[in-house]
Amino acid sequence: MTEVRATATEKPTSTPTSLGNVAFGLAGLAVAVLLYVVIAIVGNEYLYFASYVVLQFVVLATAWNILGGYCGYVNFGSAAFFAMGAYTTVFFYSIGSELGSTWAGQLVLAIPPTVLLVILTFLGGIVAGLVGLGMGYLTLRLRGVFFSIATLALSVVLQTLVTNWEFVGGSRGAYVIRPSELPWLPGGFIAFLFLLMLALAVIGLTAARSIERSRLGFGFAAIRDDEVAAEAAGVPTLRLKLIATTMSGALMGMAGAPFPYYIGYLQPQSAFGLEYAVNAIAMPMVGGTQTWFGPLVGAVLLGAFQQWATVSISSVLNLLIVGVLLIVFVVVAPNGIIGFLRDRRRRPPARSGRAGA
Amino acid sequence: MSGPLLEVSSVSKRFGGFTALNDVSLHVAPGERLGLIGPNGSGKSTLVNCMSGTLRNDTGRVRFDGRVLDGLPPHQRAYHGLARSFQLPRPFGSLSVRDNLRIPLVYTAAMRRGGEWTETALRQRMDELLDMVGLGNSADARPTDLTQVDMRKLELARAVAAEPKLLIADEAMAGLSNTEVDDILKLLMALNARGISVILIEHIMKAVMAFSQRLVVLVSGTKIADGVPADVIRNEDVVRAYLG
Repeated sequence: MTEVRATATEKPTSTPTSLGNVAFGLAGLAVAVLLYVVIAIVGNEYLYFASYVVLQFVVLATAWNILGGYCGYVNFGSAAFFAMGAYTTVFFYSIGSELGSTWAGQLVLAIPPTVLLVILTFLGGIVAGLVGLGMGYLTLRLRGVFFSIATLALSVVLQTLVTNWEFVGGSRGAYVIRPSELPWLPGGFIAFLFLLMLALAVIGLTAARSIERSRLGFGFAAIRDDEVAAEAAGVPTLRLKLIATTMSGALMGMAGAPFPYYIGYLQPQSAFGLEYAVNAIAMPMVGGTQTWFGPLVGAVLLGAFQQWATVSISSVLNLLIVGVLLIVFVVVAPNGIIGFLRDRRRRPPARSGRAGA
Repeated sequence: MSGPLLEVSSVSKRFGGFTALNDVSLHVAPGERLGLIGPNGSGKSTLVNCMSGTLRNDTGRVRFDGRVLDGLPPHQRAYHGLARSFQLPRPFGSLSVRDNLRIPLVYTAAMRRGGEWTETALRQRMDELLDMVGLGNSADARPTDLTQVDMRKLELARAVAAEPKLLIADEAMAGLSNTEVDDILKLLMALNARGISVILIEHIMKAVMAFSQRLVVLVSGTKIADGVPADVIRNEDVVRAYLG
């Protein structure tokens, strides 16, 4: 009985890796281009704004999942990493403004804003990645809930620092002027922001997926399941966890870097907003934490729902609904939608196997 | 081959005011089967943890294969060829039984041989190991679906996958039936026949006596006997520790 089951399931287990990482990235790119073309044809500017937010959550959820889903370390401080990216942009924007009409200022002005934003996105990723590395180094000796509390504390500390740092606007906030026109792109600068976030989403998802079935990904899974046993089996757990916090943080920072341009006026309360911390956890939990696909599903469903709810119900009620959904899923389907569907598919043969044994 | 494979000299470990290990020394020769016994709380598991790096010994020194291990984290000790199984099986629950073996293979065995293995080679190695311990039919199952004895076998297979020179089997047979104990014993003998030295920590005297070439007895963190099994169990101190 069990022998039949083993041979029957042997083939499907080797297929998930069939699509190479490059091929997957290209496929993602194709879907992205298609998405842009559809929105451009519809021609409604609101769609760019709404899709930008959803994509931003795709990146955040994917980033959170690298540490939270793959390694099992729950980060409550996603908003801090998002804000690090956003405030890196504000910081360099402020430097640019300070330089003003000096020759250095003229040089900065000569760079097209789109190129500048791409550079800023990378810088945001680097800063947030370093914060992730530092946080990992200081806190990863803590396990379980104590690690989570530490991330929450980090978020509060960073928010306090930024709120009291006049150069980036302090508690008043900072203006970042978004160029409205972009001659070469239909849709203007908001379309560019949308495309940038789309590219980040493709990069994030490709990275997450390539990790999953790799040596690194199996090491992450071993850490999640049993850290002591992982270490005994030769997994350098501390190093792997540092890789995870750095990657996760960098990706979150990159998601936050274009945000000042999107919103135009950045305050600490909005950059460190509760909605980022909550959504970054809720979306992978709702979608499923064990695969790259889960955070995508969760982010698209919850993100789109929130965009709809903001417009049609209430922008305040939003987070409440997400909170309720999170509780429902943690209780009813702790492995998320993907896990729930997979378990349903797996259950019938497993039961007959056990009865036969 | 000259000198012992593993040499523990004067290792002590305290937890607060409690002395778990007091100046313990022992050695294991290459290819040897050593039994380590002692009543509950005598410090056997603490000693295992000090040898494998899960705990740091306060004093003393652990040498393995010509190298001082003190201060090295467990994953580096695994890399140098010291593997252990856990008293309570600690499988990677979200991975299949086969993928449980993947972890030591890619992180220890493949690393030591320099470079990554192809998926085909890995797959072959994983299935070989599973067949060796008799889990070939459960390769795609989850560890949580395994029986106790199969879980122990997985635990041993995972330790052996790292291609160790020394295997520390920490109570691999506790709670098993007689035939299951024989199963595990046979497995350990087969591993030893391949040249792996084994330290067997066990309560089941019949198994220890059948397996060990030499016996070390720990009582309250102190080594009270070390020698040929038949002599050791007639030792007065040992008899007193166990019976009174």
